[in-house]
This record gives sequence, C-alpha cells and structure tokens, in this order.
Amino acid sequence: MSEILNDETKKVLTTPLVNDNPITLQVLGICSALAVTSQMSTSLIMALALTLVTAFSSAAISSIRNHIPGSIRIIVQMTIIASLVIVVDQVLKAFAYEISKQLSVFVGLIITNCIVMGRAEAYAMKNPPLESFMDGIGNGLGYSLILIIVAFFRETLGSGKLLGFEVFPLAKDGGWYDPNGLMLLPPSAFFIIGLIIWSVRQWKPNQVEQADFKILSISHGEGGHH
Amino acid sequence: MEAYISLFVKAVFIENLALSFFLGMCTFIAVSKKISTAMGLGIAVMVVQTITVPANNIIYHTLLKEDALSWMGITGVDLSFLALLSCIGMIAALVQILEMILDKFFPALYHALGVFLPLITVNCAILGGSLFMIERDYNFGESVTYGVGSGLGWALAITVMAGVREKLKYSDIPAGLQGLGITFITAGLMSLGFMAFSGIQL
Repeated sequence: MSEILNDETKKVLTTPLVNDNPITLQVLGICSALAVTSQMSTSLIMALALTLVTAFSSAAISSIRNHIPGSIRIIVQMTIIASLVIVVDQVLKAFAYEISKQLSVFVGLIITNCIVMGRAEAYAMKNPPLESFMDGIGNGLGYSLILIIVAFFRETLGSGKLLGFEVFPLAKDGGWYDPNGLMLLPPSAFFIIGLIIWSVRQWKPNQVEQADFKILSISHGEGGHH
Repeated sequence: MEAYISLFVKAVFIENLALSFFLGMCTFIAVSKKISTAMGLGIAVMVVQTITVPANNIIYHTLLKEDALSWMGITGVDLSFLALLSCIGMIAALVQILEMILDKFFPALYHALGVFLPLITVNCAILGGSLFMIERDYNFGESVTYGVGSGLGWALAITVMAGVREKLKYSDIPAGLQGLGITFITAGLMSLGFMAFSGIQL
C-alpha cells in the first residue's frame, strides 16, 4: 500500500469523504443523489457508475491536459465524459436491464453531474493522471457515502426492507411495522440530506456557514445607562 | 388539443423538473439567493429548454432512432445509443449560438442573462428534459409543449425558492443548519407542497 499510496494520493482519496464532501460541502451532484435513493440497489449501482466515470474521465482528461486548447476545453471534457457514460449505459442495459430501467434518465444525467465536470475542471486540468484518478475515486466515494446513507433510511423506513430483504416485518403481513410512505416520496430525500448536513456540521463546526445577519442578543434590565 | 393542455399542466406542476425529479438542483441551490437573479436564470432555462427539446426531438427522429435513416435508403441501423452524445452536443452548440445571437441583436437581454447562459449547458434540467422526451417517445408537437412546460415549471420553482430564501436570511436558524442545510429542508417542504398537484386529474 505505502508504495502506491503516497501522502498526496492518500489525501485526495480521503478528504472528500467528510472534510470536503462533494454533496454536503461543495454542493455538487445533488440531482441524482436525491432521485435514485428510494432504493438501496439503484443507489449502489448509481454510486458505482458515478465513481467509475469520475475516476476514468479525470484520468483521461488529465493525461491530455497539456494538449487541450483553453477555449474549447469544456466541449472536449464533455465529449470524454459523454463517451464514458454511453459505455456505462450500454453495460447496464446489457447486464442489469431491470435496474437500468429504474434509473431511467439518471444514468445519462451523469454527463451533466457537476461532480464529474467539477473535478475535471478543478483538479484534473492541473494534476497528473494517477492523482486525478485517485481524486475521482475519492470524490466518487464521498458521493457514494451520502447516497448509501440516504438510501438506507429511505428504504428501511419506507418499505421495511433493505436490498429486498425484510428488516422490519410489515403490519400488513402480520408484523408490527407500519411503513412510512413519505420516505418513498421525493421530499424525504431533501429532509434527509438536510439533516445529514446538519449533523456533519455539528461534528465539524468549521464547515458552518456564516449568517448574513447576526441576531443581536438584547439584554433587558441594564438598558439605558452604561 | 386537450392532450396538449394536460401535458403542459403536468410538465409545469405535477412533474416539476426541480421539485419532483430533482433536476438542475446544483444551480437551483446555488443561484436562488436573490429573486432577480433567480428569475433571470429561470427565464434563460425556459428559453433554452423551449428550443433544445424540439431540436433534439427532430434529430432523434430523423437520424438516431431505429430505422430512422430509412429516408436516406439505409435500413436496419439503430444509432439510439448516440442519443446522449448528440443531445449534449446539441445543447452546448445551441447555448453557444443563442449567446452569440443575443449578444448581436438583443444586447440588453444578453447582459441580463449573460452570466447564466454558459451555466445552462451543464444544467441537468436541460439534458433531463431532452432525455425524458426520448424515453417517453414524444412527437414533435408534444415535445414543444413539454419543452415550454418543463422550462416554466423550473423557472417557477427557482423563483419561489428565492422568495423564501430572501425572507429566510432574517430568521434565527441553528448554526449547523445555516445556509445549505435549511435550503434543503425548505426545498423538501416546497416539494411536499407541489405533491398536492399530483392528485389533479385532467
């Protein structure tokens, strides 16, 4: 491990997990994080697909970074990313057709997922291929982490199952758990991500944003003279 | 006609791109701090969406779909796997052209939208609209209606969101929720509100 993973590589691999998470701090790639998380299986596939696309596109873009003219770099990046996404899409259609139907347009939307573009632009254009690859994997894992947490809550609370296995016996099958239907609907994803952000920031106070307006505390009783 | 009206209402309210499919969330969260900028971006998205969805529809139906090339005498060719690449290329090119046209003929509008136009290429709501159009196999008329409707729905959502956030900045929010956190919770509540439309039968 120590030979391949030097300090820089280790850093780019682990900081995106909590300290610089693409979703909770960089505000990237939220669209799909919310849309595919009503089930664990789709989230896992989506997380895997995004991690691979980010890693390989970062590596590819980084290896030709000195040859891309600045004015057309977005188109070049787009083409590389889109080609990789087509590969992923076709592989999913061939080997996991059911899941690819459920993910519908969201596989295609990896193209415009800001994580992929954002890392290509912010990291891969300035760093060598191996580090960029690791940066892609790291950010992909940070994204996957949030996706899996959200999917865990939504699927267990919403349908009492996890990956299709029963966790809570449902009331309608003679068990005790009455599933919370809201968890399967879109709004719950917003709430859960909001709560995750809250807890991460409670744990790492340096991520807290400053309020535009401070609430002044007015102390009663001693007003008037000083 | 009725089918088109129903599709339009569905695209604006029931299947709102931002609040029920979470498309364009990155810009939705990032650019919704002020009503005026949010509205500018909303209008830009609507314009681009209205043009790109029908344009992609034409390309898909005349070039990419299975046996679509039969008008050229070529049969048995299915290029639909290229849809992703052609859609995003089309969007990038159209945004670029739109930017040039606005710059030349409508400078005032160009300056109002200027900053947001390039951002729109990577807005998933635009690509998502085109991909939904392909997946649901809309014809040309439907794709125009869907383009206008979904663009309008997105614009509506971001403007309302900006309105809420302008008020929100004066309120006393727990430190950890400040900024991004409370924005998500608000978006969740709005999404809950928009779900009320799903009961409407047309």
